[in-house]
Amino acid sequence: MADDLQHDLLIVGGGGAGLRAVIAAADAYPDLAVAMLSKGYPIRSHTLSAEGGPAAVIKENDSLEDHIHDTISGADWLADQDAVEAFVREAPGEMVQLEHWGCPWSREEDGSVAVRPFGGMRIRRTWYAADKTGFHMLHALFQTSLKHTQVTRYDEWFATRLLVEDGRCQGVAAVELRTGVMRVVRAKAVILCTGGGGRVFPFTTNAAIKTGDGMAMAYRAGVALKDMEFVQYHPTGLPGTGILITEAARGEGGILVNTEGRRYLQDYNLGEPLDVSDPSHPQLRTMELGPRDKLSQAFMKEQEAGRVFEGEYGTYTHLDVRHLGERLINERIPFVRELAKDYAGIDPVHAPIPVRPVVHYMMGGIDTDMEGATSLPGLYAAGECACVSINGANRLGSNSLTELLVFGRRAGHAAAVWAQEHPEFDQASLRAQGADEQERIASSYLRPREGGERIAAIRRELNEAMEDGAGVYRDGARLQAATETIAELRGRASHLALDDHSHSFNTELTAALELESLLDVGEAVAHSALARTESRGSHQRTDHPERDDENFLRHSLAYRADGAPRIEYSDVTITSWPPAERTYGS
Amino acid sequence: MTSEATAARTVTLEVFRYHPERDEEPSFQSYEVPYREEWVVLDALNWLKDEVDGTLSYRWSCRMGVCGSCGMMVNGLPRLTCNAFLREFLPGPIRVEPLRGFPVERDMVTVLDDFMGKLTEVKPWIIREQEQPVEEGEYRQTPSQLADFKQFSMCINCMLCYAACPVYEHEEEFIGPAALALAQRYNLDSRDQGNEQRQRLIWSDEGIWDCTFVGECSAVCPKNVDPAGAIQQAKVEATNSFFLSFLPFTPPGMGR
Repeated sequence: MADDLQHDLLIVGGGGAGLRAVIAAADAYPDLAVAMLSKGYPIRSHTLSAEGGPAAVIKENDSLEDHIHDTISGADWLADQDAVEAFVREAPGEMVQLEHWGCPWSREEDGSVAVRPFGGMRIRRTWYAADKTGFHMLHALFQTSLKHTQVTRYDEWFATRLLVEDGRCQGVAAVELRTGVMRVVRAKAVILCTGGGGRVFPFTTNAAIKTGDGMAMAYRAGVALKDMEFVQYHPTGLPGTGILITEAARGEGGILVNTEGRRYLQDYNLGEPLDVSDPSHPQLRTMELGPRDKLSQAFMKEQEAGRVFEGEYGTYTHLDVRHLGERLINERIPFVRELAKDYAGIDPVHAPIPVRPVVHYMMGGIDTDMEGATSLPGLYAAGECACVSINGANRLGSNSLTELLVFGRRAGHAAAVWAQEHPEFDQASLRAQGADEQERIASSYLRPREGGERIAAIRRELNEAMEDGAGVYRDGARLQAATETIAELRGRASHLALDDHSHSFNTELTAALELESLLDVGEAVAHSALARTESRGSHQRTDHPERDDENFLRHSLAYRADGAPRIEYSDVTITSWPPAERTYGS
Repeated sequence: MTSEATAARTVTLEVFRYHPERDEEPSFQSYEVPYREEWVVLDALNWLKDEVDGTLSYRWSCRMGVCGSCGMMVNGLPRLTCNAFLREFLPGPIRVEPLRGFPVERDMVTVLDDFMGKLTEVKPWIIREQEQPVEEGEYRQTPSQLADFKQFSMCINCMLCYAACPVYEHEEEFIGPAALALAQRYNLDSRDQGNEQRQRLIWSDEGIWDCTFVGECSAVCPKNVDPAGAIQQAKVEATNSFFLSFLPFTPPGMGR
């Protein structure tokens, strides 16, 4: 093995949360040796696919209290309320900070930042940069991070294992993709900012890189994955590709229509529709501006009733924005127009956009506290890979971009402080772990093998099992079947046959490592969902259709074990907002 | 669908192959891939990778034209392969190569170190003499001030402009279209005061004056950023500034 590398603080993952953590640590502690390691270039991270924008209270008519309540009720009371309060309080400062760092927010005529309506929010509070908000946020963060020349970057390095010694996380083993060399990267503290694992499902808005690698590494190191059963379906993806059509399309006034020309959301306790010409349309927390879980569930009911269109790539309804007119479409949602033209072959100025629910986001993730700390000393997590939890059973659109900033910064600070207080390394042991990992990968994948299976075959079966068992509506029997399929696939995945046994930029090896991650994530999702015998937010059990606060107003914690994971539960923190019924529609 | 395509059912991809551990020279390998009306070149590559040849190497991620990973030469022109439809190239064959002007790591994977270095050199961050505290709120910026630089902020760093640039191909010192456009993006931002700090580099021989204004960069840009326009603007500013330096006063409307 090549020489080890050593830093005080290592951030794994180059998206919004990781970059915010890097800047926080580098700003506060200029002498700290900070490094960022990412399996792609940070500028390719999936944060850039976010379109609509981040929520933060800034306008006179808004209040922190309202944002807190919207988030908690949106979460179906599964969010930790102390975390939500901190999140909402720190959100405006983070957004202004990003403005100072050059993010090109859309503006009002007076030069102040503009806000738009979003689903489940009672006040307009979503900041935006047209409909490429995540793209602009990511690039502003990355470009700002370049200012900090003391930060070392390992671009296109794939971390495969957390190095744990003396009960502390002390770095990672990672493959430098260009050379294929396994390296030990030691650090006194590690922050995982590796995103979600939407690619465990077949139909998702998520980019190819979203394979849950950080979640899986933490899970294998004995850290719990929390609330993994809660998977968000975004109501409006393009059939076939799953490409996201932002909620901002509805925030600006777009409507959802079934085969009968009816705005069907009115039939699902989401309020009464106003005519699109009514100045009060769209109404907040009503109809098309309901929360994502309810809208995706309504689609499934429409499908059952036969009121959806049948297409070559599955069923769909219509998202109609024609009444907004070409000028507004070009100004506010130009990317929607570009995507619909390129990938659905229609121009939304003249035709409705075909859309269907699509896996978008994981509310669950690595169990952390409000500082991003996990149960493993020295290991932190932030962003989609983490579960603090502010999102509970259903995240509100535009809270996740904010979450990256607030909790990326918090984790960056906390981990930097920890790193300065814990200087010791057991270098020989870490090196031995790195050598073990190198041998594991070489023997699993890089030596020719007769009669093994292709990666794509296993991945496809995993995808199908997840969709069949853990989709929008679930039941015990189908979830049980999914868990059995995943266990079988795990066995088969240990006998993969790769075509590529070489070292330099071996993307087939990367795909094999990603499949390992997907299997871990899928296992945690399916088992957590099987164990939660109630319906809450995005987790809808047809065999247990009611919310059950007595037994399940609790976070699930999935611990990896030989065979099925062990599922435990922890209490939800309630401060001032006792559980109540979720109501939408004014 | 054209009758030609229906009859074909498959299309030939001629793919650039180079493996640094094995090959002295690059070569081309032909593959038959299923033809589908809605498939992009990237879909065909992914199908090959999954089903036929796991050794094929290329970068990709978002598959929606915003992450900038999957730029390649397709039939001789730089394209995002997630947005280059097979149907554009019928009846084929479709030749797929790494972006021109970059060293090749393996197959379609190019080395981006040079660009990443240049990106940092142009100081693409807000430079202020004095930072306003966050507690005092956002900097005001009107929609028209935003419009001054917005177009140049849309760059996804996909490198197509470098692959199209006849100067970068021969002079690797040239900072190049995307990085210069980004410098101009910050120079034009009403919140920024870093113009002078960036001038030394972008007005240097490796900067804007290297550009011969062929305009290919803007022609291939998938996001309509118009780096050639950014460079042209910067040249005008540099020229004005040069002549203004001889004047005892600043004419109205000319100062920055």
